[in-house]
Order: sequence, then C-alpha cells, then structure tokens
Amino acid sequence: MEQSAAPAIRLEHVSKWFGKLKVLQDVDLTVNRGEHIVLCGPSGSGKSTLIRCINRLEEVQEGRILVDGVELRGDGRNAEDIRRHVGMVFQQFNLFPHMTALENCMLAPRRIHRIGKDEARARAMGHLERVHLADHAQKYPAQLSGGQQQRVAIARALCMNPDILLFDEPTSALDPEMVKEVLDTMVELADAGITMICVTHEMGFARAVAHRVIFMDRGEILESAPPEEFFSAPPARTRPDLPRPDPQPLRGASP
Amino acid sequence: MSYQFDFSPLLTYWPELAAGIVQTLRISCIAMVAGLVLGIALTALRMSPSRPLRWLAVSYIELVRNTPFLVQIFFIFFGLPALGLRFDATQAAVLAMSLNCSAYAAEIVRGGVQAVPKGQVEAGRALGLGTADIYRFIVFRPAIRAIYPSLCSQFVLLMLNSSLVAAISAEELTYAAQMIDNRTFRSFEIFAVVGLLYLALSQCLSLVLAAIGRAYFSYPSK
Ligand SMILES: Nc1ncnc2c1ncn2[C@@H]1O[C@H](COP(=O)(O)OP(=O)(O)OP(=O)(O)O)[C@@H](O)[C@H]1O
Ligand SMILES: [Mg+2]
Repeated sequence: MEQSAAPAIRLEHVSKWFGKLKVLQDVDLTVNRGEHIVLCGPSGSGKSTLIRCINRLEEVQEGRILVDGVELRGDGRNAEDIRRHVGMVFQQFNLFPHMTALENCMLAPRRIHRIGKDEARARAMGHLERVHLADHAQKYPAQLSGGQQQRVAIARALCMNPDILLFDEPTSALDPEMVKEVLDTMVELADAGITMICVTHEMGFARAVAHRVIFMDRGEILESAPPEEFFSAPPARTRPDLPRPDPQPLRGASP
Repeated sequence: MSYQFDFSPLLTYWPELAAGIVQTLRISCIAMVAGLVLGIALTALRMSPSRPLRWLAVSYIELVRNTPFLVQIFFIFFGLPALGLRFDATQAAVLAMSLNCSAYAAEIVRGGVQAVPKGQVEAGRALGLGTADIYRFIVFRPAIRAIYPSLCSQFVLLMLNSSLVAAISAEELTYAAQMIDNRTFRSFEIFAVVGLLYLALSQCLSLVLAAIGRAYFSYPSK
C-alpha cells in the first residue's frame, strides 16, 4: 500500500470550538508509526478533546486530520472506517455491562470483520490471555475489579487489530493498587510496537515507554520533547502562570 | 336484604368464561408484542435526525395519550369503515390495543434509552460499529432493563383495559361476563367473580413478565 509511507496520524492546523469556547488552537501534530506519545497538561486543557478528534468522536471546525494518510471527511462519512483501525480506551472503561468479558471482546469483530463465532472467540481469548484475564472471560463487568475491567477494555480494543491505540486517562478512575496492573499491560503493548497516544499523568509510564511527551495548555501544544529532555529542561510549562505537572509520581515506582 | 346469592350459573357457564380468559390473554399478548415493537420504532423516529419524522412521532404519541381508549376503539371499529378500512371486532380490538400500547411504550422506552450512559454509545462508535448495531447490541438490553418494571405495569394495565373492547362485542372475558349476565341476571356474582379472575390474570401476567425479565434482561450489576 502506498499509504504505508504516511505517518500514523497527522493533525494540520486543527482548531475546535465548543460553542464559543475554543478548546483546540491551531494544533499541529505528527505521530509516526510505532511511536508512543504521552499527552499531559492541566485539567480542561483539551487533551481528551484532541484524541477524541482523531477517531472523530468530536468534530473539528478547522484544519485537517489524517489517519494512515486518509483524511477524515468533514461529513464524517469515513469515520467508521477509520475507527476500525484506531482503538480507544476510556477512563471509565465503558464495558458493555450485559455482556461477559468474552462477549465484550467478540461483538465488534463479529459485526465488522464478519468472522464466525469460533474465530471471534479464539481471537478474544487470545487477547484476554495477553492481558492475563483468560480465567475471567465468563465474568460480567460488575464482577470484575476496576483494573480487570480496564484490561478487558484494552483486550476489546485489541480484538479489532488496531494499528493505533488512544488512551484517555486509563488509570485515573482506578484505585491506586490497580494502577500498576493496567500500566504493566500498556507497557507490554508498547513493547509490541503499536502506535499509541496516551493521555496520562503517570510520569513513570511516560519515562518508560514514551518517545515523546507533549504538554498542552488551553488548547495549545506548548512543548513536545523526548522524556529525558522533557523532565530535565525548564521550558514553557514552567512559565510561572502555568501549572507544572509533577514529574515524579509513578505509583509503585516511587516510595 | 332479600337477594339470595347463587354462584351456580357460573359453573354452568365455565366454558364461556374459560374461552373469555383465553381470548383476553391472546389479544393482550399480541398487543403487548406489537405495541412494544411499534413503541421501539416510534422511539427511533423520535430520536432520528429528521425533524419531520420526530414531529410525526411526537404528534402520534401525544394524540394517543390524550384521547380516551374507548374513543380510539370506536374510531377504529365504527369510524374507519368510512375510509374503506373494515375490521371484525377482534381485529379492531387488537389494532386499537396495539396502537394504544405503542404510544405508552414509546414514552417508557425513550426513558430507558436516555438512561444508558453516553459512554456506552461512544465505546460502540470507537469500535467502528454503525448506529443500528449500537442500538441493537449495546443500548437495547440495558435500556429495556432500566425501564422493565414500568413496562410490565403498562402491560398489566393493557390487559385490564382490554375489557373495554367488550363495547364493540369483541369476544373476551368481559364480553363473556355480559353475555352470562344477560342470560342469568346474576350480576353481582358474575362481575365479582370476573373481577377476581382479572386479579388472578394480572398476578399471573406479572409473574410471567418477571420471569421473562430475569431470563432476558438481567445481568450482574454493582
Ligand atoms: N461536550 C462538551 N461541550 C462543551 N464543552 C466541552 C465539552 N467537552 C469538553 N468541553 C470543554 O472543553 C475544554 C477541554 O476539555 P477536555 O475534556 O478536552 O480537557 P482535558 O484536558 O481532557 O481535561 P481533564 O484533564 O479534566 O480530562 C474544557 O474547557 C471543557 O469544559
Ligand atoms: Mg480528559
């Protein structure tokens, strides 16, 4: 495919408003294949909005977004095609409560890839194993801990064989003792080479897997640097008027 | 008081009563299923992006919910033949009950759909599923579950209101009671017993609906 030369994701001069409120200001961003990006910034800075624009859960008013070289059409007609290879993991897990872990993982492949039950089950079990939850495949979300639910959500996204995974604060809704199991799973995914954009404040995770850490405020990208540089230099985000992300708090890693 | 109670005619006419019960259950069950399906369709129209379709659905729902059921029955049975639409009494009864039920069901189902968290639909979209699949596989069961008790009371009410179709001589339990009353003049006994029969039917229906709810619309929740 000719597209294979294109970057995984490209945002060109993207601006977005909610009513009168401008939440993304002329954002430019290129994410290469296999690259891992950590996105951080204060609350309300537009991090969620930015990644939700990539799979068009939100519409943008200005600029272009290309995924694997394919431009998201303004009318949203090709949104479904793009979503099929862009997985997303939400802060609140959003598992389907009336389906078992296994069924959660089987639905989309069956409906979209039109594969049979047995193949879908085999694929789902493979990914549940990958997140170390094969033993819990028959449980309903309400019967799983937060950390387990989030790992099922990751397995569910993986079942669509995505090229790109978007994470929106995947550990923020978790009790502290469950954060590590989810981060460990994400580190394993990163090691497997999938393209990732992850909104998180887990700076230990950023140090471990990110190729670039991006700092946003008020809808603008203020800084973008490899973690070593990001955590040592005193650039834009230390402007006195901006809150500074705590560079230390990987739970479990720090005392 | 000189009235001598005599319940024996009821024994004589038990086959008519039994047939009435069966008919009442039959037309009620058909109307429940048809009403729910139509109600879901109305909900879909009501939430569609097209303004005229939404308006159509809302007008229909308001019309049905704000006119007497008996008038609706009479309109279908006596009024529609003017347009060349003729139904026998049972057909008219089932049609009136289904249409009536659909408006109430639509109102209830909409509440259920709104009770499903937005994140569920977003998760479906993020997986690449289309709108129809999202509603069918992701929204439907939790939505029905959320409003299942209200839906069940609506169904019980529908079954009780089916007695009104006796007014167009559709053969069901109340019609059978009237017929026995005309022949025996045992009004007190007959309507007391028929009242109790409706009570028993409501209880049974509630039990069956609860069992269906447990089988199809329940899942572990926090
Ligand atoms: N659906 C919406 N309608 C209107 N305004 C919205 C909507 N969603 C987000 N916003 C606003 O857009 C801005 C950016 O929100 P966003 O959720 O992207 O921030 P965030 O960086 O993810 O914050 P947090 O760290 O709290 O999750 C905020 O001011 C928010 O209030
Ligand atoms: Mg957010």
